[in-house]
Amino acid sequence: MSAESVTNAGPVGAEPRNYLNESYGVRSWLLTTDHKRIALLYMVSLTLMFVIGGLMAVLMRLELLTPQGDLFTSDTYNKLFTLHGVIMVWFFLIPSIPAVLGNFFVPLMIGAKDLAFPRLNLLSWYIYVFGALFTFYVVVSGGVDTGWTFYTPFSTDASQTHVVSTTLGIFILGFSSILTGLNFIVTIHRMRAPGLTWFRLPLFIWSIYATSIILVLATPVLAAVLMLVTIERLFHIGIFDPTMGGDPLLYQHLFWFYSHPAVYIMILPGMGVVSELVTCYSRKRIFGYNFVCYATLGIAFLGFLVWGHHMFVAGISVYAAMTFSILSYLVAIPSAIKVFNWTATLYKGSISFKTPMLYALGFIGLFTVGGLTGLFLAALGLDIHVHDTYFVIAHFHYIMVGGMVMAYFGGLHFWWPKMTGRMYPEGWGKLAALVVFIGFNLTFFPQFILGYLGMPRRYHAYAPEFQVLNVMSTAGASILGVGYLLPLIYLLWSLRYGKRAGPNPWLATGLEWTTPSPPPKENFEVTPAVNEEPYNYSEFLPKVFAAEEVEVG
Amino acid sequence: MAESGAVLNRAVLETQFADLEQQRETATFGMWVFLATELLLFGALFLAYTVYRYGAPEGFADASQHMEKVIGAVNTAVLLSSSFMVATAVRGAQVGGRKRLLFGLALTIVLGVVFLFFKGYEYYLHYEDHKVPGLNFEYAGQYAQAAKLFFFFYFAMTGLHAVHMLIGLGLVSVMLVRSWRGVFTEEYHAPVEVVGLYWHFVDLVWIFLFPVFYLIVKHH
Amino acid sequence: MAERSISDTTNVTVLAALLFFTFATYFASLFDLGWLNTPVGLAISVCKAALIVLYFMHARYSRWLTWVVIVAGVFWVGILFVLTMTDYMSRGW
Repeated sequence: MSAESVTNAGPVGAEPRNYLNESYGVRSWLLTTDHKRIALLYMVSLTLMFVIGGLMAVLMRLELLTPQGDLFTSDTYNKLFTLHGVIMVWFFLIPSIPAVLGNFFVPLMIGAKDLAFPRLNLLSWYIYVFGALFTFYVVVSGGVDTGWTFYTPFSTDASQTHVVSTTLGIFILGFSSILTGLNFIVTIHRMRAPGLTWFRLPLFIWSIYATSIILVLATPVLAAVLMLVTIERLFHIGIFDPTMGGDPLLYQHLFWFYSHPAVYIMILPGMGVVSELVTCYSRKRIFGYNFVCYATLGIAFLGFLVWGHHMFVAGISVYAAMTFSILSYLVAIPSAIKVFNWTATLYKGSISFKTPMLYALGFIGLFTVGGLTGLFLAALGLDIHVHDTYFVIAHFHYIMVGGMVMAYFGGLHFWWPKMTGRMYPEGWGKLAALVVFIGFNLTFFPQFILGYLGMPRRYHAYAPEFQVLNVMSTAGASILGVGYLLPLIYLLWSLRYGKRAGPNPWLATGLEWTTPSPPPKENFEVTPAVNEEPYNYSEFLPKVFAAEEVEVG
Repeated sequence: MAESGAVLNRAVLETQFADLEQQRETATFGMWVFLATELLLFGALFLAYTVYRYGAPEGFADASQHMEKVIGAVNTAVLLSSSFMVATAVRGAQVGGRKRLLFGLALTIVLGVVFLFFKGYEYYLHYEDHKVPGLNFEYAGQYAQAAKLFFFFYFAMTGLHAVHMLIGLGLVSVMLVRSWRGVFTEEYHAPVEVVGLYWHFVDLVWIFLFPVFYLIVKHH
Repeated sequence: MAERSISDTTNVTVLAALLFFTFATYFASLFDLGWLNTPVGLAISVCKAALIVLYFMHARYSRWLTWVVIVAGVFWVGILFVLTMTDYMSRGW
């Protein structure tokens, strides 16, 4: 599979027809059914939400510079961490890679012209925006302070904030998730190019597929429980109130039945991206392709069996706790298999440290740390000590930020030339990746220690002996912020001033690299056919040095 | 694509599909996946119901005695018949039987409306009887707490079911209009099948709602 | 066209069976069968559901993939029920 089609070189006026310039005007974007344009619509909205959610975090970290609660009242602080969680989880992480990179690349990678249901795809974006509007309303009208977990009875009875608006916004967003997942499942099953059997698919597709299964099976339960919380808050019937025959733990069971698989919704696409990056930048086939496929499906399945580990100290029976603990250990196994396989792929590979690879390597290390600390939490005895402390916060930020966000950035950089027809500036890319890595570790590693020493989460004031570590964490956060700001600037810059990219600047395998950069609206001139295994890098090896000089026009 | 009028009037092969057959299979598969999500939605509510019934079985049984069993049974028959009508309509579409298609769809709507009418009447009876939690709930005896939860789930789940029925009626109506305009042929009638699947699912939910709320036996 | 159509006779037979089962479940609820009442009622519902899925929804003549979706949906609801009830049922142990 060689890359030979025409580059986009030449004067601006002679730019070939592609999905970006085939029609102009706001209507052509807001009424598009082209999966590539919808991906960009998502990218813009998601970036905005990321900034707002990040702002909440900045304010929190500023407050935590000092042990006293001096910048904000505790009520305000509660609103900050709640909105940070709600926005980051539902309006950034859950959609992120699937809605941006998945939407753009699933049809391209399987040789299709579009997703199975293009109009549904556009509807998904509008639903996302509608849900986000609720969140905006909540932000500007006084916030919500229940924590992103909305535990009852505080959320249903005592909270004086905009709980219903928030739950409605998330409820609406759930439809976006479900429809996107449905679209991907159907597309991957029904619209693969001739010859593209399941075990010839890129691992990114496997990840999106597994993610989509979780999306469609878990999200409805979230919808149900949000409905119950909303009704309870409005009518006080006693659904979760022990004095009226209800059980607050039922809320937690239903909430976590969704929210635990949700974390796999967030990480699986990132793992898929990492598989693409690791193979391309070590010029090697993935080690144990089949194992990675099964591990991906295994994570999706096992992820549904462990939700009780969020409730170890809430009052579930000890026998249920033991069951969930054992199952939680099991779910670590397929993740570990993937880490082994990525590492084995790197071994004796021809490694190039381009920006996407830096993010991928960062992912592998940080995800491993995050995943291992999950095992700490899965141990019943240990969890009693670290539950609701900063240990938990560090654990999930290592996975979500150190893992997922880095994978998102890695994928964004990797596919940027394909999406935009431009290269990002490599020097700045590497610098930003480094800054992110350093900033991230400085922010979150101290939090493991803080948690183990006993600092509780969701507190705006803390014991003075925790201050040094908190200051380190805030310092790290400011560095991390710079690291995130840099790509925002240089990626935008590259749209106008970046070097033009050919169809395959990385000499990567994959159908998406056989079409021009940016792709034409119908993706392919002729429907491609596939007759070989994925990641067939061995035949590229001799060309890798020549390509460095020839790659752009 | 400024063809909204055309869409109502003739078969449309969308560009991302190779042929109508692929389009049909894809649409049907998509609806099945969607129904799986609906199963989880109602499943979550059934689970919540189960938890509370497990905790207060006598209370739930007591409350169930206040249900209008006959109306419930009649409504079950009505809904089952509407599923039959939809199945007939789909068969009509498959073999090019226009009359069967139209009658099937029309009777589905009629029966659906009858169901909702009975449901509304039931709700009214419960309201008169002071059995609406959050509004005017009164319950004599030791099982008041459990009964309140029972009735909450009754209204919530049958209410959600009714919302789905309204959506279904809307979809079937659109199919009826398109059928009337002769859009569907033996080769192209996937929308009718797909809407049919949705309607059957709504019927399936009711099949479980009926015994679970109306037929709990009080043990002595 | 690959799809196989369900005949009108089959449809009518299925409807008759469904109505019969409805009557049966109503009838069974008039008697106190002890702990059996609930399983009997659920079993009848499952039979009715199976008839609708197999015949009205054409699952009997559908591709394997349709079955995967049906089984997966039911199985996942099963996970929700089993693991949650594990908690509730073992709290008193």
